[in-house]
Amino acid sequence: MTYQHLTQEVMALTMRWVRRLSREKFSMLFTLIQPMLFWLIFFGNLFQRATDAQALQAPNYMSFLAAGVVVMTVLNNGLAGGVDLLFDKENGFLERLMSTPIHRTSVILSRYLFVTCITSLQILVILAVAFLFGVTPITGLLGIAVILLIGMLFGIGLTAISMAMAFSVKSHGDFFSVLGFLSLPMIFLSSALVPLSVMPGWMHMIAFLNPMTWVIEAVRPLIITGWAAALPQVATATIILLIFDALCLYGGSKAFQRAIG
Amino acid sequence: MNSVIAIEATSLGKTYGHVTAIQDISLTVHKGEIFGMLGPNGAGKSTTLRILITILPPTSGTATILGHDTVKEAEHVRSLIGYVPQERAIDRFLTGREHLLLLGDLYHLPKAEAKQRINQLLQLVDLEEHADRPAKTYSGGMKRKLDIACGLLPNPEILFLDEPTLGLDVQSRLRIWAYVRQLKEQGITIVMTTNYLEEAEQLCDRLVIIDEGQIRALGSPNELKTALGGDSLSLTLKQVGEHDFQHMSNELESFACIRHIQTTANGLDIRVDSPEKALPTILDVANKVNCRIEGIEYHRPRLDDVFIAHTGHAIKGGVPDEVTE
Ligand SMILES: Nc1ncnc2c1ncn2[C@@H]1O[C@H](COP(=O)(O)OP(=O)(O)OP(=O)(O)O)[C@@H](O)[C@H]1O
Ligand SMILES: [Mg+2]
Repeated sequence: MTYQHLTQEVMALTMRWVRRLSREKFSMLFTLIQPMLFWLIFFGNLFQRATDAQALQAPNYMSFLAAGVVVMTVLNNGLAGGVDLLFDKENGFLERLMSTPIHRTSVILSRYLFVTCITSLQILVILAVAFLFGVTPITGLLGIAVILLIGMLFGIGLTAISMAMAFSVKSHGDFFSVLGFLSLPMIFLSSALVPLSVMPGWMHMIAFLNPMTWVIEAVRPLIITGWAAALPQVATATIILLIFDALCLYGGSKAFQRAIG
Repeated sequence: MNSVIAIEATSLGKTYGHVTAIQDISLTVHKGEIFGMLGPNGAGKSTTLRILITILPPTSGTATILGHDTVKEAEHVRSLIGYVPQERAIDRFLTGREHLLLLGDLYHLPKAEAKQRINQLLQLVDLEEHADRPAKTYSGGMKRKLDIACGLLPNPEILFLDEPTLGLDVQSRLRIWAYVRQLKEQGITIVMTTNYLEEAEQLCDRLVIIDEGQIRALGSPNELKTALGGDSLSLTLKQVGEHDFQHMSNELESFACIRHIQTTANGLDIRVDSPEKALPTILDVANKVNCRIEGIEYHRPRLDDVFIAHTGHAIKGGVPDEVTE
């Protein structure tokens, strides 16, 4: 296995995902529209009045929510990232791929690369829409780059969970049930929608254990407070994500080995 | 001439939980031959094939492909073989050409070489005109042809075909048979599964009959038929007296010229060494037990007979497993 072979495989497999997306007009449109429309405009205005700017420690709910929306997008894309491999497994395409002399992880790498690119694009769309509503990330372009990197780091573990599920479940019905079961509590039991300070004690506890919270707490100051507040949070989140990713990759590779050998 | 060994499998077994998919499968495939695995649905053909192409580790036993172990040297083995899966493993959003380009990269072919081979293959399977349409617009037969082109792309030394003609019309089936023979002429070793007796008979140099996860017989179609011994006489009988066919069968059994008798729904199937000698005896006995013979059919042993003799039942005709997409 040489480096050139690996690149050739991963590029070819990634291009396949890109081609698929470009042929599915509806899902392409949805990929672009979903992050801006769904979360920011509707959700943002709906909760605006209900929340106290003091508790938010943000100029308005929109700027508070931006970090949550960014990280929720990473979460959703990451957790759903394995579903196409599940379809490949079900229709035998995966078997065809596995009968070729590729490095076993190329398939997974290509999927991660693709999901990461899409997620990063969506994050940029979200920030652009936020900008239209007057929210400018206070840390500027560098801050945006850090947000994207954090997203990618979080995405590794999430995609690994998703692929582990794709390789272990018996049907895609199961996949989507587990997906819903995982993603909703991860969103609501985090500081995505409300600040930690206003949560009841028990919820605070759970949110504290949720890696999602740490990611949001790192992204939010990058948008509304500034570098001084953000850097320690980013450092903490990075450490937590490295541990999170290591655990997920370990579990994922076990599931992968069991399914494919 | 066919003495170089391409594939050697020793006591392969595979269990899923407490389901035994295959058990004690040993076989040898020679270089340059078309080797068939014939068996009904669920016999274990695909399981055996998956083990040979390294994507399924066996629970027990070992297999080598051109001398390389399918488990320990899996990656090397994969670079020597081509595989056409049983299900149409097609990405409906990609065009035919894109499928082949993707596989070209996965087999690490240089771009220029891949392009050239792809054009040749599209021509071979007669898909040139449709090469740039998404596969979701293909008919079942076109998908199958694309599948076969995909299997041939790596220019493999051994090609594995899992039920290559399942669900195809007669014309497409004949085309595919012709390709397979053409490939053999180019020196490619072919291992294929089928549940069509005719296909096994027409195409395979040697074959194994697999049933319930086990090998029941191995040999060339002719060897298998000759081994059964004798020709077949099928009698259509009409019962006149109080005795039934079974009675006639019992009477006949003692004669030396009769090798084997089986009662059927409307008569008897009798295997004999020489019909000339046996026929008078049969007619005599029929008279004696008051059975009226309404028809006699005579045929050389067919692979059906071989199959029945070795498995105790007829092959359940391949119900085409149409993909619902
Ligand atoms: N993943 C699996 N889990 C459990 N049982 C399996 C699995 N794959 C195959 N089997 C069982 O193993 C047996 C052999 O299956 P296999 O697919 O090899 O049959 P086959 O000869 O290819 O049949 P067909 O002609 O229908 O393709 C069957 O009883 C099947 O139910
Ligand atoms: Mg099969």
